Amino acid sequence: MKLEGRIWKFGSDVDTDAIIPARYLNQSDPKELARHVMEDERPDFFQKVRRGDILLAGKNFGCGSSREHAPLALKAAGISCIIARSFARIFYRNGLNLGLPLLESSEASEEIREGDRVRVDLTTGEIFDVTQQKRFFANPIPAFMQELIRDGGLIAHLQKRGAKGKRQSSNPD
Amino acid sequence: MTITEKILAAHTGKKYVSPGDLIDARVDLALGNDITAPLAIEAFERIGAKKVFHRDRVVLVPDHFTPAKDILSAEQCQVLRRFAKAHRLSHFFEIGEAGIEHVLLPEKGLVLPGDLVIGADSHTCTYGALGAFSTGVGSTDLGAAMATGRLWLKVPESLKLIYFGKLKPWVSGKDLILFTIGDIGVDGALYQAMEFSGEAIRALSMASRFTMANMAIEAGGKNGIIEPDGITLNYIKPRAKRSYRLYRSDPEAHYADVREYDVSRINLQVALPHIPSNVKDVREVGRIEIDQVVIGSCTNGHLEDLRVAARILRGKKIAPSLRLIVIPATQEIFRQALREGLIEIFLSAGAVVSPATCGPCLGGHMGVLAEGERALATTNRNFRGRMGHAESEIYLSGPAVAAASAVKGRICHPEEVLRKGA
Ligand code: SF4
Repeated sequence: MKLEGRIWKFGSDVDTDAIIPARYLNQSDPKELARHVMEDERPDFFQKVRRGDILLAGKNFGCGSSREHAPLALKAAGISCIIARSFARIFYRNGLNLGLPLLESSEASEEIREGDRVRVDLTTGEIFDVTQQKRFFANPIPAFMQELIRDGGLIAHLQKRGAKGKRQSSNPD
Repeated sequence: MTITEKILAAHTGKKYVSPGDLIDARVDLALGNDITAPLAIEAFERIGAKKVFHRDRVVLVPDHFTPAKDILSAEQCQVLRRFAKAHRLSHFFEIGEAGIEHVLLPEKGLVLPGDLVIGADSHTCTYGALGAFSTGVGSTDLGAAMATGRLWLKVPESLKLIYFGKLKPWVSGKDLILFTIGDIGVDGALYQAMEFSGEAIRALSMASRFTMANMAIEAGGKNGIIEPDGITLNYIKPRAKRSYRLYRSDPEAHYADVREYDVSRINLQVALPHIPSNVKDVREVGRIEIDQVVIGSCTNGHLEDLRVAARILRGKKIAPSLRLIVIPATQEIFRQALREGLIEIFLSAGAVVSPATCGPCLGGHMGVLAEGERALATTNRNFRGRMGHAESEIYLSGPAVAAASAVKGRICHPEEVLRKGA
Protein backbone atom coordinates (compact mmCIF):
# COMPACT_ATOMS: atom_id res chain seq x y z
CA MET A 1 0.00 0.00 0.00
CA LYS A 2 1.46 3.34 -1.09
CA LEU A 3 0.39 6.88 -0.28
CA GLU A 4 1.54 10.30 -1.35
CA GLY A 5 0.65 13.66 0.10
CA ARG A 6 1.60 17.06 1.40
CA ILE A 7 2.88 17.45 4.93
CA TRP A 8 1.20 19.34 7.76
CA LYS A 9 3.65 19.62 10.62
CA PHE A 10 2.69 19.82 14.30
CA GLY A 11 4.68 19.76 17.54
CA SER A 12 4.81 17.29 20.43
CA ASP A 13 2.07 16.23 22.86
CA VAL A 14 -0.78 17.30 20.57
CA ASP A 15 -3.77 16.28 22.70
CA THR A 16 -7.21 15.07 21.70
CA ASP A 17 -8.78 18.31 22.97
CA ALA A 18 -6.65 20.12 20.40
CA ILE A 19 -7.56 17.66 17.64
CA ILE A 20 -11.28 17.90 18.31
CA PRO A 21 -12.55 19.99 21.24
CA ALA A 22 -15.20 18.38 23.44
CA ARG A 23 -17.70 21.11 22.61
CA TYR A 24 -18.27 19.33 19.29
CA LEU A 25 -18.70 15.89 20.80
CA ASN A 26 -22.44 16.13 21.32
CA GLN A 27 -22.65 14.31 17.98
CA SER A 28 -20.42 11.98 16.00
CA ASP A 29 -20.97 12.71 12.32
CA PRO A 30 -17.49 12.48 10.72
CA LYS A 31 -18.16 15.33 8.27
CA GLU A 32 -19.30 17.64 11.04
CA LEU A 33 -16.31 16.69 13.21
CA ALA A 34 -13.91 17.27 10.31
CA ARG A 35 -15.12 20.86 10.06
CA HIS A 36 -13.62 21.58 13.50
CA VAL A 37 -10.52 19.44 13.40
CA MET A 38 -7.45 21.22 14.89
CA GLU A 39 -9.49 24.40 15.05
CA ASP A 40 -8.02 25.80 18.30
CA GLU A 41 -4.52 24.94 17.16
CA ARG A 42 -4.81 26.20 13.55
CA PRO A 43 -8.12 27.82 12.74
CA ASP A 44 -7.70 27.49 8.95
CA PHE A 45 -6.64 23.84 8.95
CA PHE A 46 -9.92 22.44 7.70
CA GLN A 47 -10.13 25.00 4.90
CA LYS A 48 -6.66 24.20 3.64
CA VAL A 49 -6.20 20.49 4.17
CA ARG A 50 -6.65 18.38 1.05
CA ARG A 51 -7.57 14.75 0.60
CA GLY A 52 -4.46 12.59 0.88
CA ASP A 53 -2.43 15.05 2.97
CA ILE A 54 -0.16 13.60 5.63
CA LEU A 55 0.14 14.80 9.19
CA LEU A 56 3.56 14.91 10.83
CA ALA A 57 4.04 15.35 14.57
CA GLY A 58 6.53 15.04 17.41
CA LYS A 59 6.20 12.73 20.38
CA ASN A 60 3.03 11.48 22.10
CA PHE A 61 0.58 12.48 19.36
CA GLY A 62 -3.06 12.14 20.40
CA CYS A 63 -2.53 12.10 24.15
CA GLY A 64 -5.51 12.64 26.41
CA SER A 65 -8.96 11.25 25.96
CA SER A 66 -10.02 8.05 24.26
CA ARG A 67 -12.37 9.87 21.89
CA GLU A 68 -12.26 8.05 18.60
CA HIS A 69 -13.74 11.25 17.20
CA ALA A 70 -10.13 12.50 16.99
CA PRO A 71 -8.76 10.06 14.37
CA LEU A 72 -12.22 9.98 12.79
CA ALA A 73 -12.19 13.75 12.31
CA LEU A 74 -8.66 13.70 10.87
CA LYS A 75 -9.57 10.92 8.49
CA ALA A 76 -12.77 12.64 7.41
CA ALA A 77 -10.82 15.85 6.80
CA GLY A 78 -8.73 13.95 4.28
CA ILE A 79 -5.61 12.98 6.26
CA SER A 80 -4.33 9.72 4.76
CA CYS A 81 -1.59 8.86 7.22
CA ILE A 82 0.10 10.21 10.35
CA ILE A 83 3.82 10.08 10.97
CA ALA A 84 5.04 10.91 14.48
CA ARG A 85 7.91 10.28 16.78
CA SER A 86 5.48 8.41 19.04
CA PHE A 87 1.75 8.08 19.59
CA ALA A 88 -0.34 8.01 22.75
CA ARG A 89 -1.52 4.44 23.02
CA ILE A 90 -5.30 4.83 22.83
CA PHE A 91 -4.96 7.09 19.80
CA TYR A 92 -2.70 4.52 18.19
CA ARG A 93 -5.27 1.77 18.69
CA ASN A 94 -8.10 3.96 17.51
CA GLY A 95 -6.28 5.04 14.38
CA LEU A 96 -5.48 1.50 13.37
CA ASN A 97 -8.96 0.30 14.28
CA LEU A 98 -10.33 2.90 11.87
CA GLY A 99 -7.86 1.87 9.19
CA LEU A 100 -5.85 5.11 9.46
CA PRO A 101 -2.18 4.23 9.04
CA LEU A 102 0.18 5.50 11.76
CA LEU A 103 3.94 5.38 11.43
CA GLU A 104 6.59 6.05 14.05
CA SER A 105 9.94 7.55 13.05
CA SER A 106 12.01 10.05 15.06
CA GLU A 107 14.13 11.07 12.05
CA ALA A 108 11.16 11.65 9.76
CA SER A 109 9.39 13.53 12.54
CA GLU A 110 12.35 15.86 12.88
CA GLU A 111 13.61 16.32 9.33
CA ILE A 112 10.53 16.45 7.15
CA ARG A 113 9.25 20.01 6.75
CA GLU A 114 5.82 21.57 6.49
CA GLY A 115 4.58 21.48 2.91
CA ASP A 116 7.02 18.77 1.72
CA ARG A 117 5.64 16.11 -0.62
CA VAL A 118 6.07 12.70 0.94
CA ARG A 119 5.58 9.18 -0.36
CA VAL A 120 4.87 6.40 2.12
CA ASP A 121 5.03 2.67 1.58
CA LEU A 122 3.03 1.04 4.35
CA THR A 123 4.26 -2.45 3.63
CA THR A 124 7.94 -1.67 3.97
CA GLY A 125 7.59 1.35 6.28
CA GLU A 126 9.60 3.48 3.86
CA ILE A 127 8.97 7.22 4.00
CA PHE A 128 10.38 9.19 1.08
CA ASP A 129 10.50 12.98 1.19
CA VAL A 130 10.20 13.88 -2.50
CA THR A 131 10.88 17.57 -1.87
CA GLN A 132 14.11 17.03 0.06
CA GLN A 133 14.95 13.71 -1.64
CA LYS A 134 15.44 12.06 1.76
CA ARG A 135 14.53 8.57 2.79
CA PHE A 136 13.44 7.39 6.25
CA PHE A 137 12.27 4.11 7.69
CA ALA A 138 9.44 3.80 10.19
CA ASN A 139 9.32 1.11 12.84
CA PRO A 140 7.47 -1.69 11.13
CA ILE A 141 3.77 -2.04 11.96
CA PRO A 142 3.21 -5.40 13.70
CA ALA A 143 1.92 -8.02 11.25
CA PHE A 144 -1.29 -8.40 13.22
CA MET A 145 -2.05 -4.70 12.84
CA GLN A 146 -1.11 -4.66 9.17
CA GLU A 147 -3.84 -7.23 8.76
CA LEU A 148 -6.31 -4.86 10.44
CA ILE A 149 -5.31 -2.00 8.14
CA ARG A 150 -5.49 -4.23 5.06
CA ASP A 151 -9.00 -5.30 6.03
CA GLY A 152 -9.94 -1.61 6.40
CA GLY A 153 -10.09 -1.41 10.19
CA LEU A 154 -11.32 -3.58 13.04
CA ILE A 155 -14.98 -3.66 12.05
CA ALA A 156 -14.28 -4.69 8.48
CA HIS A 157 -11.80 -7.21 9.89
CA LEU A 158 -14.46 -8.69 12.18
CA GLN A 159 -17.07 -8.66 9.42
CA LYS A 160 -14.68 -10.55 7.22
CA ARG A 161 -13.99 -13.07 9.92
CA GLY A 162 -17.64 -13.22 10.93
CA ALA A 163 -17.13 -11.79 14.44
CA LYS A 164 -15.78 -15.18 15.35
CA GLY A 165 -15.43 -14.06 18.96
CA LYS A 166 -19.15 -14.63 19.36
CA ARG A 167 -18.46 -18.30 19.78
CA GLN A 168 -16.53 -17.51 22.91
CA SER A 169 -19.21 -15.51 24.60
CA SER A 170 -19.21 -17.31 27.93
CA ASN A 171 -17.89 -15.13 30.67
CA PRO A 172 -17.34 -17.11 33.85
CA ASP A 173 -16.62 -15.23 37.05
CA MET B 1 5.14 -11.98 36.70
CA THR B 2 3.78 -8.60 37.74
CA ILE B 3 0.20 -8.20 38.92
CA THR B 4 -0.70 -6.79 35.49
CA GLU B 5 0.84 -9.75 33.66
CA LYS B 6 -0.91 -12.21 35.98
CA ILE B 7 -4.33 -10.71 35.39
CA LEU B 8 -3.77 -10.63 31.63
CA ALA B 9 -2.54 -14.23 31.61
CA ALA B 10 -5.59 -15.33 33.58
CA HIS B 11 -7.88 -13.70 31.02
CA THR B 12 -6.13 -15.36 28.13
CA GLY B 13 -6.15 -18.84 29.57
CA LYS B 14 -2.36 -18.92 29.70
CA LYS B 15 0.00 -19.72 32.51
CA TYR B 16 2.41 -17.06 31.45
CA VAL B 17 2.52 -13.89 29.36
CA SER B 18 5.34 -11.44 28.92
CA PRO B 19 5.61 -7.82 27.76
CA GLY B 20 5.12 -7.41 24.02
CA ASP B 21 2.88 -10.48 23.64
CA LEU B 22 -0.25 -9.80 21.62
CA ILE B 23 -3.11 -11.52 23.37
CA ASP B 24 -6.79 -12.03 22.76
CA ALA B 25 -8.22 -11.45 26.21
CA ARG B 26 -11.55 -12.14 27.82
CA VAL B 27 -13.22 -8.97 29.13
CA ASP B 28 -15.10 -8.93 32.43
CA LEU B 29 -16.71 -5.55 31.97
CA ALA B 30 -17.10 -3.13 29.05
CA LEU B 31 -18.07 0.49 29.66
CA GLY B 32 -19.28 3.32 27.46
CA ASN B 33 -20.58 6.86 28.05
CA ASP B 34 -22.77 9.36 26.23
CA ILE B 35 -19.88 10.54 24.02
CA THR B 36 -18.25 7.24 23.14
CA ALA B 37 -21.08 4.70 23.25
CA PRO B 38 -23.06 6.03 20.25
CA LEU B 39 -20.08 5.33 17.99
CA ALA B 40 -19.54 1.98 19.70
CA ILE B 41 -23.15 1.02 19.16
CA GLU B 42 -22.75 1.95 15.50
CA ALA B 43 -19.68 -0.30 15.29
CA PHE B 44 -21.57 -3.07 17.11
CA GLU B 45 -24.33 -2.89 14.54
CA ARG B 46 -21.95 -2.74 11.61
CA ILE B 47 -20.31 -5.97 12.74
CA GLY B 48 -23.77 -7.45 12.45
CA ALA B 49 -23.89 -8.40 16.12
CA LYS B 50 -27.35 -9.18 17.44
CA LYS B 51 -26.59 -9.65 21.12
CA VAL B 52 -24.20 -8.24 23.68
CA PHE B 53 -21.83 -10.84 25.06
CA HIS B 54 -23.38 -10.62 28.52
CA ARG B 55 -26.11 -8.27 29.62
CA ASP B 56 -24.62 -7.84 33.13
CA ARG B 57 -21.21 -7.00 31.75
CA VAL B 58 -21.90 -4.10 29.42
CA VAL B 59 -22.32 -0.87 31.37
CA LEU B 60 -23.56 2.40 29.90
CA VAL B 61 -23.30 5.64 31.86
CA PRO B 62 -24.43 8.91 30.35
CA ASP B 63 -22.37 11.35 32.41
CA HIS B 64 -20.47 13.83 30.24
CA PHE B 65 -23.20 16.14 28.97
CA THR B 66 -25.91 15.13 31.46
CA PRO B 67 -28.47 16.19 32.46
CA ALA B 68 -28.59 16.64 28.68
CA LYS B 69 -27.23 20.10 27.91
CA ASP B 70 -28.72 20.45 24.44
CA ILE B 71 -30.73 18.58 21.84
CA LEU B 72 -27.80 16.75 20.30
CA SER B 73 -26.61 15.56 23.73
CA ALA B 74 -30.11 14.44 24.57
CA GLU B 75 -30.15 12.41 21.37
CA GLN B 76 -26.85 10.77 22.23
CA CYS B 77 -28.25 9.76 25.62
CA GLN B 78 -31.30 8.44 23.83
CA VAL B 79 -29.13 6.15 21.72
CA LEU B 80 -27.73 4.64 24.93
CA ARG B 81 -31.13 4.39 26.58
CA ARG B 82 -32.64 2.58 23.60
CA PHE B 83 -29.71 0.22 23.29
CA ALA B 84 -29.82 -0.55 27.02
CA LYS B 85 -33.51 -1.35 26.75
CA ALA B 86 -33.25 -3.40 23.58
CA HIS B 87 -30.45 -5.53 25.05
CA ARG B 88 -31.92 -5.56 28.55
CA LEU B 89 -28.67 -4.28 30.04
CA SER B 90 -28.58 -4.63 33.82
CA HIS B 91 -26.45 -1.53 34.24
CA PHE B 92 -27.67 1.58 32.55
CA PHE B 93 -27.60 4.52 34.91
CA GLU B 94 -30.01 7.36 34.41
CA ILE B 95 -29.52 10.73 36.11
CA GLY B 96 -30.84 10.51 39.64
CA GLU B 97 -29.04 7.26 40.31
CA ALA B 98 -25.93 7.90 38.28
CA GLY B 99 -22.77 9.92 38.45
CA ILE B 100 -19.36 10.05 36.85
CA GLU B 101 -18.65 6.57 35.54
CA HIS B 102 -15.28 6.01 37.20
CA VAL B 103 -16.57 6.81 40.66
CA LEU B 104 -19.93 5.16 40.06
CA LEU B 105 -18.74 1.72 38.92
CA PRO B 106 -16.60 0.98 41.98
CA GLU B 107 -19.30 2.42 44.27
CA LYS B 108 -21.85 0.01 42.78
CA GLY B 109 -19.45 -2.90 43.17
CA LEU B 110 -19.28 -3.49 39.43
CA VAL B 111 -15.49 -3.65 39.29
CA LEU B 112 -13.65 -6.12 41.48
CA PRO B 113 -10.03 -7.09 42.11
CA GLY B 114 -8.56 -9.30 39.39
CA ASP B 115 -11.04 -8.11 36.75
CA LEU B 116 -10.15 -7.12 33.22
CA VAL B 117 -12.13 -3.99 32.42
CA ILE B 118 -12.18 -1.90 29.30
CA GLY B 119 -13.99 1.36 28.82
CA ALA B 120 -14.34 3.80 25.98
CA ASP B 121 -12.99 6.52 28.20
CA SER B 122 -9.35 7.12 28.90
CA HIS B 123 -9.81 7.32 32.68
CA THR B 124 -11.02 3.74 32.80
CA CYS B 125 -7.56 3.17 34.27
CA THR B 126 -9.04 4.37 37.60
CA TYR B 127 -10.16 0.86 38.59
CA GLY B 128 -6.57 -0.32 38.84
CA ALA B 129 -6.79 1.07 42.37
CA LEU B 130 -8.81 -2.06 43.20
CA GLY B 131 -6.19 -4.44 41.86
CA ALA B 132 -7.94 -4.86 38.50
CA PHE B 133 -6.47 -4.45 35.03
CA SER B 134 -8.45 -1.68 33.43
CA THR B 135 -7.71 0.44 30.44
CA GLY B 136 -9.27 2.97 28.11
CA VAL B 137 -10.03 2.13 24.50
CA GLY B 138 -11.87 3.80 21.65
CA SER B 139 -15.41 3.27 20.47
CA THR B 140 -14.61 0.68 17.81
CA ASP B 141 -12.83 -1.49 20.36
CA LEU B 142 -15.76 -1.08 22.73
CA GLY B 143 -18.26 -1.98 20.01
CA ALA B 144 -16.30 -5.11 19.16
CA ALA B 145 -15.92 -6.06 22.83
CA MET B 146 -19.63 -5.55 23.50
CA ALA B 147 -20.29 -8.10 20.79
CA THR B 148 -17.53 -10.59 21.48
CA GLY B 149 -16.55 -10.11 25.12
CA ARG B 150 -12.96 -10.06 23.95
CA LEU B 151 -10.25 -7.59 23.07
CA TRP B 152 -6.78 -7.79 21.57
CA LEU B 153 -4.14 -6.32 23.83
CA LYS B 154 -0.42 -5.97 23.88
CA VAL B 155 0.99 -7.00 27.24
CA PRO B 156 2.63 -3.83 28.58
CA GLU B 157 5.94 -3.57 30.33
CA SER B 158 5.54 -2.52 33.94
CA LEU B 159 6.98 0.51 35.65
CA LYS B 160 7.26 0.14 39.41
CA LEU B 161 6.77 3.28 41.45
CA ILE B 162 7.59 2.88 45.13
CA TYR B 163 6.42 5.50 47.61
CA PHE B 164 7.75 5.53 51.15
CA GLY B 165 7.66 7.85 54.14
CA LYS B 166 4.82 9.73 55.79
CA LEU B 167 2.57 12.24 54.03
CA LYS B 168 2.69 15.89 55.06
CA PRO B 169 -0.56 17.48 56.26
CA TRP B 170 -3.12 18.07 53.45
CA VAL B 171 -1.04 16.12 50.93
CA SER B 172 -3.10 13.46 49.13
CA GLY B 173 -2.97 11.00 46.27
CA LYS B 174 -3.47 13.89 43.85
CA ASP B 175 -0.20 15.48 44.94
CA LEU B 176 1.68 12.20 44.65
CA ILE B 177 0.44 11.55 41.14
CA LEU B 178 1.00 15.15 39.99
CA PHE B 179 4.52 15.00 41.40
CA THR B 180 5.11 11.70 39.60
CA ILE B 181 3.84 13.03 36.27
CA GLY B 182 6.02 16.10 36.75
CA ASP B 183 8.93 13.75 37.29
CA ILE B 184 8.45 11.28 34.42
CA GLY B 185 6.52 13.47 31.96
CA VAL B 186 3.27 13.04 30.05
CA ASP B 187 4.74 10.16 28.07
CA GLY B 188 6.92 8.86 30.89
CA ALA B 189 4.92 5.64 31.09
CA LEU B 190 3.86 5.40 27.44
CA TYR B 191 2.45 1.92 26.71
CA GLN B 192 3.41 0.84 30.24
CA ALA B 193 1.62 -0.42 33.32
CA MET B 194 2.22 1.91 36.27
CA GLU B 195 2.38 -0.14 39.43
CA PHE B 196 2.01 2.05 42.50
CA SER B 197 3.45 0.41 45.58
CA GLY B 198 5.24 0.94 48.87
CA GLU B 199 4.28 1.74 52.44
CA ALA B 200 2.92 5.18 51.58
CA ILE B 201 0.49 3.64 49.07
CA ARG B 202 -0.60 1.03 51.58
CA ALA B 203 -1.36 3.88 53.98
CA LEU B 204 -3.48 5.74 51.42
CA SER B 205 -7.26 5.85 51.56
CA MET B 206 -9.25 4.21 48.77
CA ALA B 207 -10.19 7.66 47.41
CA SER B 208 -6.55 8.72 47.11
CA ARG B 209 -5.69 5.42 45.44
CA PHE B 210 -8.44 5.95 42.87
CA THR B 211 -7.07 9.43 42.21
CA MET B 212 -3.60 8.07 41.52
CA ALA B 213 -4.69 5.25 39.22
CA ASN B 214 -7.06 7.69 37.51
CA MET B 215 -4.18 9.85 36.29
CA ALA B 216 -1.94 7.03 35.03
CA ILE B 217 -3.17 7.98 31.56
CA GLU B 218 -1.76 11.49 32.08
CA ALA B 219 1.68 9.89 32.07
CA GLY B 220 0.78 7.88 28.95
CA GLY B 221 0.24 4.68 30.95
CA LYS B 222 -1.87 1.83 29.67
CA ASN B 223 -3.08 1.11 33.18
CA GLY B 224 -2.33 2.06 36.74
CA ILE B 225 -2.50 -0.66 39.35
CA ILE B 226 -2.23 -1.15 43.10
CA GLU B 227 -2.03 -4.54 44.79
CA PRO B 228 -5.20 -5.15 46.79
CA ASP B 229 -4.89 -5.14 50.61
CA GLY B 230 -7.06 -4.71 53.69
CA ILE B 231 -8.20 -1.24 52.63
CA THR B 232 -9.25 -2.60 49.22
CA LEU B 233 -11.15 -5.45 50.84
CA ASN B 234 -12.95 -3.14 53.27
CA TYR B 235 -14.15 -1.22 50.26
CA ILE B 236 -15.02 -4.25 48.14
CA LYS B 237 -16.66 -6.60 50.64
CA PRO B 238 -19.93 -4.75 51.21
CA ARG B 239 -20.24 -4.08 47.47
CA ALA B 240 -19.22 -7.25 45.65
CA LYS B 241 -21.97 -9.39 44.20
CA ARG B 242 -19.71 -11.91 42.49
CA SER B 243 -16.42 -13.61 43.27
CA TYR B 244 -13.05 -11.99 42.72
CA ARG B 245 -9.36 -12.81 42.84
CA LEU B 246 -6.50 -11.04 44.49
CA TYR B 247 -3.23 -10.92 42.58
CA ARG B 248 0.19 -9.73 43.68
CA SER B 249 3.42 -9.20 41.81
CA ASP B 250 6.09 -11.84 42.31
CA PRO B 251 9.18 -10.61 44.16
CA GLU B 252 11.29 -11.55 41.14
CA ALA B 253 8.93 -9.92 38.60
CA HIS B 254 10.64 -7.94 35.87
CA TYR B 255 10.16 -4.18 35.54
CA ALA B 256 11.15 -1.81 32.74
CA ASP B 257 12.15 0.63 35.47
CA VAL B 258 11.79 1.14 39.21
CA ARG B 259 11.50 4.57 40.80
CA GLU B 260 11.31 5.54 44.44
CA TYR B 261 9.73 8.59 46.01
CA ASP B 262 10.07 9.80 49.57
CA VAL B 263 6.60 11.24 50.12
CA SER B 264 7.65 13.10 53.26
CA ARG B 265 9.41 15.47 50.85
CA ILE B 266 6.43 15.99 48.55
CA ASN B 267 4.49 19.19 49.16
CA LEU B 268 1.10 20.19 47.81
CA GLN B 269 1.34 20.29 44.02
CA VAL B 270 -0.16 22.42 41.27
CA ALA B 271 0.01 21.72 37.53
CA LEU B 272 0.30 24.90 35.49
CA PRO B 273 -1.08 25.36 31.97
CA HIS B 274 -1.20 23.69 29.51
CA ILE B 275 0.10 20.24 30.32
CA PRO B 276 -0.28 18.07 33.43
CA SER B 277 3.49 17.59 33.78
CA ASN B 278 4.07 21.32 34.27
CA VAL B 279 4.02 20.81 38.03
CA LYS B 280 5.18 23.03 40.89
CA ASP B 281 5.08 23.10 44.67
CA VAL B 282 2.10 25.31 45.59
CA ARG B 283 4.44 27.67 47.46
CA GLU B 284 6.41 28.29 44.31
CA VAL B 285 3.69 29.21 41.84
CA GLY B 286 3.78 32.92 42.68
CA ARG B 287 0.74 35.14 42.68
CA ILE B 288 -1.89 33.64 40.39
CA GLU B 289 -5.36 35.09 40.61
CA ILE B 290 -8.21 32.90 39.51
CA ASP B 291 -11.76 33.38 38.27
CA GLN B 292 -13.19 29.97 38.96
CA VAL B 293 -12.55 26.93 41.14
CA VAL B 294 -14.00 23.54 40.31
CA ILE B 295 -14.03 20.76 42.90
CA GLY B 296 -15.22 17.52 41.36
CA SER B 297 -14.55 15.06 38.50
CA CYS B 298 -13.60 11.39 38.40
CA THR B 299 -10.26 12.40 39.91
CA ASN B 300 -11.38 14.30 42.99
CA GLY B 301 -15.15 14.21 43.30
CA HIS B 302 -15.09 11.58 46.06
CA LEU B 303 -16.75 12.07 49.43
CA GLU B 304 -13.32 12.32 51.01
CA ASP B 305 -12.40 15.18 48.66
CA LEU B 306 -15.57 17.06 49.59
CA ARG B 307 -14.80 16.53 53.28
CA VAL B 308 -11.34 18.01 52.82
CA ALA B 309 -12.78 21.02 50.97
CA ALA B 310 -15.45 21.50 53.63
CA ARG B 311 -12.87 21.47 56.42
CA ILE B 312 -11.28 24.50 54.80
CA LEU B 313 -14.45 26.27 53.71
CA ARG B 314 -16.37 25.88 56.96
CA GLY B 315 -17.46 29.33 58.16
CA LYS B 316 -15.58 31.06 55.33
CA LYS B 317 -16.64 32.97 52.25
CA ILE B 318 -15.08 32.60 48.86
CA ALA B 319 -13.37 35.62 47.32
CA PRO B 320 -15.92 38.04 45.91
CA SER B 321 -14.49 37.97 42.40
CA LEU B 322 -14.52 34.21 42.16
CA ARG B 323 -16.96 31.44 41.29
CA LEU B 324 -16.80 28.09 43.08
CA ILE B 325 -18.46 25.02 41.57
CA VAL B 326 -18.65 21.84 43.62
CA ILE B 327 -19.65 18.63 41.87
CA PRO B 328 -20.12 15.49 43.94
CA ALA B 329 -19.14 12.67 41.59
CA THR B 330 -22.20 10.52 42.19
CA GLN B 331 -25.72 10.90 43.47
CA GLU B 332 -24.78 8.76 46.48
CA ILE B 333 -21.86 11.04 47.36
CA PHE B 334 -24.18 14.02 47.02
CA ARG B 335 -26.64 12.48 49.48
CA GLN B 336 -23.93 11.57 51.96
CA ALA B 337 -22.45 15.08 51.70
CA LEU B 338 -25.90 16.45 52.40
CA ARG B 339 -26.27 14.25 55.49
CA GLU B 340 -22.88 15.33 56.78
CA GLY B 341 -23.69 19.00 56.33
CA LEU B 342 -21.00 19.51 53.68
CA ILE B 343 -23.40 20.91 51.11
CA GLU B 344 -24.56 23.53 53.62
CA ILE B 345 -20.94 24.56 54.19
CA PHE B 346 -20.36 24.93 50.42
CA LEU B 347 -23.53 26.94 49.89
CA SER B 348 -22.80 29.22 52.84
CA ALA B 349 -19.34 29.85 51.47
CA GLY B 350 -20.87 31.01 48.20
CA ALA B 351 -20.48 27.93 46.03
CA VAL B 352 -22.92 26.39 43.61
CA VAL B 353 -23.36 22.64 43.93
CA SER B 354 -23.99 20.83 40.68
CA PRO B 355 -25.63 17.48 40.10
CA ALA B 356 -23.17 14.68 39.38
CA THR B 357 -21.73 15.24 35.90
CA CYS B 358 -18.43 15.65 34.12
CA GLY B 359 -19.62 19.12 33.16
CA PRO B 360 -16.81 21.67 33.15
CA CYS B 361 -14.02 19.06 33.37
CA LEU B 362 -14.12 18.71 29.59
CA GLY B 363 -15.61 22.10 28.85
CA GLY B 364 -19.00 20.49 28.36
CA HIS B 365 -21.34 22.64 30.44
CA MET B 366 -21.91 23.84 34.03
CA GLY B 367 -18.95 26.20 34.14
CA VAL B 368 -17.28 26.70 30.76
CA LEU B 369 -14.52 29.36 30.71
CA ALA B 370 -14.53 32.61 28.73
CA GLU B 371 -11.55 34.04 26.88
CA GLY B 372 -8.76 35.02 29.24
CA GLU B 373 -10.27 33.33 32.31
CA ARG B 374 -8.31 31.24 34.73
CA ALA B 375 -9.58 28.21 36.60
CA LEU B 376 -8.13 26.03 39.31
CA ALA B 377 -9.68 22.59 39.12
CA THR B 378 -9.33 19.26 40.90
CA THR B 379 -9.70 17.58 37.51
CA ASN B 380 -6.97 15.76 35.60
CA ARG B 381 -6.20 17.63 32.39
CA ASN B 382 -5.24 21.22 31.73
CA PHE B 383 -4.81 21.10 27.97
CA ARG B 384 -5.38 24.36 26.14
CA GLY B 385 -9.07 25.01 25.70
CA ARG B 386 -10.21 21.92 27.58
CA MET B 387 -12.55 23.87 29.87
CA GLY B 388 -13.74 26.36 27.32
CA HIS B 389 -12.13 29.13 25.30
CA ALA B 390 -8.78 28.33 23.70
CA GLU B 391 -7.37 31.40 25.46
CA SER B 392 -8.38 30.33 28.96
CA GLU B 393 -6.09 28.68 31.50
CA ILE B 394 -6.48 25.65 33.74
CA TYR B 395 -4.44 24.90 36.86
CA LEU B 396 -4.77 21.50 38.54
CA SER B 397 -4.56 20.66 42.23
CA GLY B 398 -6.06 18.53 44.97
CA PRO B 399 -9.16 19.59 46.93
CA ALA B 400 -7.27 21.28 49.78
CA VAL B 401 -5.46 23.77 47.57
CA ALA B 402 -8.61 24.28 45.49
CA ALA B 403 -10.77 25.13 48.50
CA ALA B 404 -8.16 27.41 50.06
CA SER B 405 -7.59 29.20 46.77
CA ALA B 406 -11.31 29.80 46.39
CA VAL B 407 -11.21 31.71 49.67
CA LYS B 408 -8.15 33.74 48.76
CA GLY B 409 -9.00 34.32 45.11
CA ARG B 410 -5.50 33.22 44.20
CA ILE B 411 -3.63 29.93 44.31
CA CYS B 412 -2.45 29.31 47.87
CA HIS B 413 -1.59 26.76 50.53
CA PRO B 414 -4.43 25.84 52.95
CA GLU B 415 -2.40 27.14 55.89
CA GLU B 416 -2.72 30.66 54.54
CA VAL B 417 -6.47 30.39 54.97
CA LEU B 418 -6.61 28.45 58.22
CA ARG B 419 -3.94 30.37 60.07
CA LYS B 420 -5.71 33.60 60.78
CA GLY B 421 -8.86 33.43 62.83
CA ALA B 422 -9.79 29.95 61.69
S1 SF4 C 1 -14.80 13.80 34.98
FE1 SF4 C 1 -13.56 14.60 33.32
S2 SF4 C 1 -11.88 13.17 33.07
FE2 SF4 C 1 -13.44 12.17 34.32
S3 SF4 C 1 -14.66 10.99 32.88
FE3 SF4 C 1 -15.62 12.97 33.08
S4 SF4 C 1 -14.75 14.25 31.47
FE4 SF4 C 1 -13.45 12.48 31.69
